[in-house]
Amino acid sequence: MNKITSTVMMASLLAISASTSAATLDDVIGKGFVQCGVSQGLPGFSQFDDKGNWSGVDVDICRAMAAAIFNDSEAVKYTPLSAKERFTALQSGEIDVLSRNTTWTATRDTALGLNFAGVNYYDGQGFLVRKDLGVNDALELGGAAVCTQTGTTTELNVSDYFRANNLEYTIVAYEKADEVVAAYDAGRCDVYTTDQSGLYAQRTKLKDPSAHKVLPNVISKEPLGPVVRQGDDQWFNVTRWSLFCMINAEEMGVTSKNIKSKMGGDPATKRLLGEEGSFGENLGVSPTWCANIVSQVGNYGESFARNLSVPPLNISRGVNELWSKGGIQYAPPIR
Amino acid sequence: MIKEESAGPPTVITRPWNNPKVRSIFFQAVLLIVVVSFGMYIFGNTAANLEKQGIATGFRFMGTTAGFGIITHLIEYSEDSSYGRAFAVGLLNTLLVAFTGIIAATIIGVFIGIARLSKNWLISHLAMVYVEIFRNIPLLLQIFFWYFAVLRALPAPKASLNFADGVFVNNRGIYLPSAIYEEGFSLVIWALVIAIIAVLVMTRWAHKRQDATGQQFHTIYYSIGLLIGLPLLALVVTGFPLSWEIPELKGFNFVGGTVIIPEFIALWVSLSIYTASFIAEIVRAGVQAVSHGQTEASNALGLTAGPTLRLVILPQALRVIIPPLSSQYLNLTKNSSLATAIAYPELVSVFTGTILNQTGQAVEIISITMAVYLSISLSISAFMNWYNAKMALVER
Amino acid sequence: MATENQYLPGLHPDLPPPPSEIGVIGWLRHNLLASKTDIFLTIFAIYLIYLLIPPVISWAFFNADLIGNTREACTSGGACWVFINVRIGQFMYGFYPVEERWRIDITFLLLVALMIPMFIDSFRYKAWLGAFILLVFPVIGFYLLAGGSFGLVVVDTPRWGGLSLTLIIAIVGIVASFPIGLMLALGRRSKMPAVSAFCTGFIELWRGVPLITVLFMSSVMFPLFLPDGVNFDKLVRALVGVTLFSAAYMAETVRGGLQAIPRGQYEAAEALGLSYWKYMAFIVLPQALKHVIPGIVGNFIGLFKDTTLVLIIGLFDFLGIVQAASTDPKWLGYSIEGYVFCAFVYWIFCFSMSQYSQSVERKLHTGH
Repeated sequence: MNKITSTVMMASLLAISASTSAATLDDVIGKGFVQCGVSQGLPGFSQFDDKGNWSGVDVDICRAMAAAIFNDSEAVKYTPLSAKERFTALQSGEIDVLSRNTTWTATRDTALGLNFAGVNYYDGQGFLVRKDLGVNDALELGGAAVCTQTGTTTELNVSDYFRANNLEYTIVAYEKADEVVAAYDAGRCDVYTTDQSGLYAQRTKLKDPSAHKVLPNVISKEPLGPVVRQGDDQWFNVTRWSLFCMINAEEMGVTSKNIKSKMGGDPATKRLLGEEGSFGENLGVSPTWCANIVSQVGNYGESFARNLSVPPLNISRGVNELWSKGGIQYAPPIR
Repeated sequence: MIKEESAGPPTVITRPWNNPKVRSIFFQAVLLIVVVSFGMYIFGNTAANLEKQGIATGFRFMGTTAGFGIITHLIEYSEDSSYGRAFAVGLLNTLLVAFTGIIAATIIGVFIGIARLSKNWLISHLAMVYVEIFRNIPLLLQIFFWYFAVLRALPAPKASLNFADGVFVNNRGIYLPSAIYEEGFSLVIWALVIAIIAVLVMTRWAHKRQDATGQQFHTIYYSIGLLIGLPLLALVVTGFPLSWEIPELKGFNFVGGTVIIPEFIALWVSLSIYTASFIAEIVRAGVQAVSHGQTEASNALGLTAGPTLRLVILPQALRVIIPPLSSQYLNLTKNSSLATAIAYPELVSVFTGTILNQTGQAVEIISITMAVYLSISLSISAFMNWYNAKMALVER
Repeated sequence: MATENQYLPGLHPDLPPPPSEIGVIGWLRHNLLASKTDIFLTIFAIYLIYLLIPPVISWAFFNADLIGNTREACTSGGACWVFINVRIGQFMYGFYPVEERWRIDITFLLLVALMIPMFIDSFRYKAWLGAFILLVFPVIGFYLLAGGSFGLVVVDTPRWGGLSLTLIIAIVGIVASFPIGLMLALGRRSKMPAVSAFCTGFIELWRGVPLITVLFMSSVMFPLFLPDGVNFDKLVRALVGVTLFSAAYMAETVRGGLQAIPRGQYEAAEALGLSYWKYMAFIVLPQALKHVIPGIVGNFIGLFKDTTLVLIIGLFDFLGIVQAASTDPKWLGYSIEGYVFCAFVYWIFCFSMSQYSQSVERKLHTGH
């Protein structure tokens, strides 16, 4: 106790302090905001405008959590992280949740001491090439120089892919996504590889986006989702159910615009909006948690449309369509 | 009162806290306790945090298969190699850029430093402009600038600059023919070794003879002759057991030969240019520290400008130059870690970048990295101290 | 012959030097054309200048665009300073809310105003003012910038950025590292083996590792070292890393100054019966610190340039924000202008500081 008081004293001396501990939810409620780890600028997922305001589907997860906990989707502080910093930052407690287009893998789920709370975007790794190269399939890429970002699964996938197909390649791995784009644009590489969504997003940053195309090949499974630390089930639940709330809301046709009129509707919607049952209390957040999320952030489909289906990205739903509409986005029921 | 006391020997009451020895031991004990308990506190917290979150610990990961490619490696490396091997590749790349950078920075730095002292107004001011520009701009900015300047200035592989049908330059790097050694090449190596030994012996003999008789012996011409002649003779005798693998354009890029990647070139150029601006100032200060009388005396003895600089000024200036020079060498080595921004796969980029991310073992990896840099720094210091001592002995 | 005879030997008045030795011609002969090598070097240098200067000048000035709001304003083919012009507010203040930016201005103006008397030789209360700047000003500055009291809105540190963040990191780093560096330098020269071993080890450790690993450690690993539930702001952690790093360099600079003090000064002070702290504070340090002012300024320049590394850990310092701005789709392709502007600003700061340090050096040299 004494140890903690003295260190807390030190912290308050420095006047700015944030804190995390095993009971992340209590800490978050205590400090009044969610500390959210995001990318350093990936259009559509997490990007900031010239005033420093963040937006994107990954950002919406954090905003949804803040809406569920505080009934205020703006109670979020963002920490931009490079790919290689992100896990250390989460492990160390620097951030409460990592929502940074991060692929769910076995190692990350186990040895890294992390837990993936769900999948907010099903992705796959692809290739971006110049149109004038005349390449139409990834198998024609033998001998190419490949640009990518360090500390990502893409770096490993690309080596698997080229080796499995007996193709020669040279890998050039940069620290930041912006550097990869700049180098690819300057002609350092023939191919830029990352998750397909990322390719569409980064293509907008090229000098002449129309001179480049994304190859049809998808060489890996990249389920992207929010991540929390292991060993804190309550916080894990808040994170995962914030995401499930958005998906369920879309399935039930509840949007930020029609939420008022949906109140007092069928039993499932009533449970969703907290008019029935005690799902909010069980999670440790307010009873109207999901209604708050939908009214302030919107449902999954709204978030997707707002951030990804707009120009210049124009990403279609694809496999990220709801299960009921032929996609694989599926959330357990609120019951 | 006073008289009474001065009658006997003065009684000095030494309280333990007034005794310097006791105090010194006390302070040191307190410091030790503080340091040790602080260390244990940190260690305990870290261990508890790692344990609680189920993060893997230990160094077993070094044996795991890496699975990622590295663009340039001095030793054999493939995706099937272990993390330990990838670590070694990164370390060697750091050493390579540090070593070549130190050599280039020293050459440019000495050159600019001497130019700064030139009697020619234009030359000395150009040198000054060089120094003032490059040492006052952050290195990271210079690295970015050179990298993108290099990339944009060079053509795409299909439009490569071609030198003598063997050397190709494009924005993927400089492609050089690589030598393929055939049977009997070892004789050439031996010839070279013998030539080096002969040169060393000859230099010693020439020094002795000059000390004894005052006669000079032009070792330089004989040395060059030996170093080139003997291996050439061996080549002829063995019938040129050497062939060249010429890089050729296949598909997107050149295949074969040796490639020097643009990341290395940009890093090497910016490190050399940046550090050279500091070395130039050190050299200038060192030369200026030698009194002008030395130059005049040496001119009076009939020595011309070249030998004056080489035999009189530099040996004395070196004593002033070496200590700050060694700290510049250390800085250059540490600054090579900025390569992580431009994809040159050195230690920080490979080990604390990719490997840290695959394994998530930040504590182990950062400790190893720091230990490596620390040992490189300490070895450079040790070498420079040894060299400094050697130079100091020359002083008569 | 006749004229020569008018004077006795040795009484000839000095003749004016020949025209080829004075004026412009003389200067040229001596400084540019003294020998064949010199002539060659001069021609070479002129060629080099011709090669470099005109294209740069025409790019940066004659063919450049400055006025406008969008990239369409850049039509001349040279530098597009419009980009800088439009974004200058962000480059200076980062994401600090526009309506609160006056707080940054006030803080820095206050600092400059407080610093001016320190450079006036006849100002008598330097010690008091110095103490005020070091002890009271940081508190004022902190409350002004961070807000949260006196009716000021809180501005979180992630919104801080740009040149003001660079200056904050550099100034805090150098000021905070000074006392630590001083203690380390004294400790390293201490006669107590444990103290000197600890200080030497500390100094060599921090000097031996690259700043970017230090920053990485302080930015993402620091919370691992602390007990559960304790954490500091990211900027504070970066500042701690920068401060400790720069303290090690500061310690070596101060140690150089301590070594320059003649042994007799120490002995005389001891002979007067002064205690260690007294003779250090009143005899040795005042002399030593005067010697190391240029060294400290040198450290500051180094630190100022090193602050660019914080962009690697995700703080948007001056270089970081310029880089981020140049990836804005609206302004793609103008990163060169951004880098040049950045380089120019860094250069102005570093160059003027190094000129200052050189002038101090010259002033100190006359004392001997």
